[in-house]
Amino acid sequence: MNDTAIRVRGLRKRYGGTPAVDGLDLDVTRGETLAVLGPNGAGKSTTVQILSAQLPRDGGEVAVLGTDPAQADRRFRSRLGIVSQTAGDLLELTVAEVVRHFAGYYPRPRDPGRVIAEVGLAEQAKRKIRQLSGGQRRRVDVALGVVGNPELLFLDEPTTGFDPEARRRFWDLVRSLAADGTTILLTTHYLDEAEALADRIAVIASGRIRACGTVAELVDDREVTVSWRDGGKTTDTPAALIAELSAGYAGEVPGLTVTRPSLEDAYLRLTGQEAIA
Amino acid sequence: MTMPNALSIGAARGAVELKQFFRERSSVVFTFTFPAVLLALVGSIFDSDALTGAVGGGQVLTASFAAAGIVSTSFVNLGTALAVERDDGTLKRLRSLPMPPVSFFLGKIVLVVVASVAELVLLLAIGVLMFDVALPSEASAWLTVAWLFALGITACSLLGIAASSLARSARSAGVMTTLPYTVLLFISGVYTPIQTLPDWMAGIGSVFPVKWLAQGFRAALLPEHMAAQEPAGQWELGKVAVVLALWCVGGLVLCLTTFRWRSSLTR
Repeated sequence: MNDTAIRVRGLRKRYGGTPAVDGLDLDVTRGETLAVLGPNGAGKSTTVQILSAQLPRDGGEVAVLGTDPAQADRRFRSRLGIVSQTAGDLLELTVAEVVRHFAGYYPRPRDPGRVIAEVGLAEQAKRKIRQLSGGQRRRVDVALGVVGNPELLFLDEPTTGFDPEARRRFWDLVRSLAADGTTILLTTHYLDEAEALADRIAVIASGRIRACGTVAELVDDREVTVSWRDGGKTTDTPAALIAELSAGYAGEVPGLTVTRPSLEDAYLRLTGQEAIA
Repeated sequence: MTMPNALSIGAARGAVELKQFFRERSSVVFTFTFPAVLLALVGSIFDSDALTGAVGGGQVLTASFAAAGIVSTSFVNLGTALAVERDDGTLKRLRSLPMPPVSFFLGKIVLVVVASVAELVLLLAIGVLMFDVALPSEASAWLTVAWLFALGITACSLLGIAASSLARSARSAGVMTTLPYTVLLFISGVYTPIQTLPDWMAGIGSVFPVKWLAQGFRAALLPEHMAAQEPAGQWELGKVAVVLALWCVGGLVLCLTTFRWRSSLTR
């Protein structure tokens, strides 16, 4: 079996005259969890929708699980799981009815009862969707995305509107899916979510991938900021600088802090938002 | 690894559609109960009307409203539901599933057929209980009801699907279906005998299926001598069949050329 789950070269998509995706390249390995980070309007959702065969593209090469999504058939779709924006439908059905119904579309679905328990809705299984909170409805979306036992799971901003506890539980679910070998493409606004779940992170801005790699690869480790009461300096040899300072102050350096660059710094730099920050 | 077959998915979709429809208060009250309430009201007002001669106004209205009722459960129901489902992303999500498109439409057919049969039974029951309607005992009359029913809901469902594409959002969905529906009831001789309408109005009404469907139901459900009350002095069942069949073809062409899974406004 091929090692590549997703291969994208030069992907383009315009809405009217405005390019939403503008020459995007991306590779996702089977079994990997890749997070796509980017500001609103960067092209995250558009990319996910093209890869998951929900939207036609204007140009570029795309292979998803070895298939061009523009040629998607039922068999191809049955290998994908998609959690995108909440649809406002099925409000009159219960959680159990909806999850069981969706399982019926797939050739080898997961057990609906187990999926409901995994997303933490066991107690709400007999409630109508209408009666659920926003966060609980989002968990239904997640249940519907995974009930088909997908090889490749698209999670488009899955935890928007979750409370912290629900987010943690969702992370555990994603980790267990990843541990089972599911390839996951996750878009998110939350840097901590990307850091917690992803093997690699792709930063997208203006329709292109600006950088892609592990957190360690994205964060420029050589730019350590050392600051003290009377000044500050960015250096790749902080220990040497501190020794020098210490000698100068004859002991303790007043107000000394050493800051390594965070993913957030890297993200803001890559997306050209430093000025705003 | 075999995919679940299109028929079984279609049956599952039908079950879901029915649950959604009958559990949702707005669709049950509006699409389903509205024609019945109208019949009860209008029938009570005109029941003693001498215009219709030997047969009570309530009886004539029951036959005409049987037609109006199934237009509601097919045209209004499908047109509104599809516009809402297109706007709120339901259709888009369904399209992303390993679901054969035919299964989706099978589910809608199940919904329309079940809701329309129930509507017809409800309206006839009101006619029998409130207006002493004598239901025909000959098989031929029920055979006429059966083909009218089939042709009528097919044409109106297809037109409803096409009309849903005219609505740009869920909010305008009701307008795109309820407005033409309400107007057609007036100009098709459902509320009042068609001879009482101005010629131009009756002329416009005669283009659309509601007039012919109502005429057909009157032919099936009223005594033979009532044919004299029709504009042509006869039931014209052959013409009814031709007009409804033409609307089926036209509706299908409109559907095939206009149906979209996603709203043009959402990305």
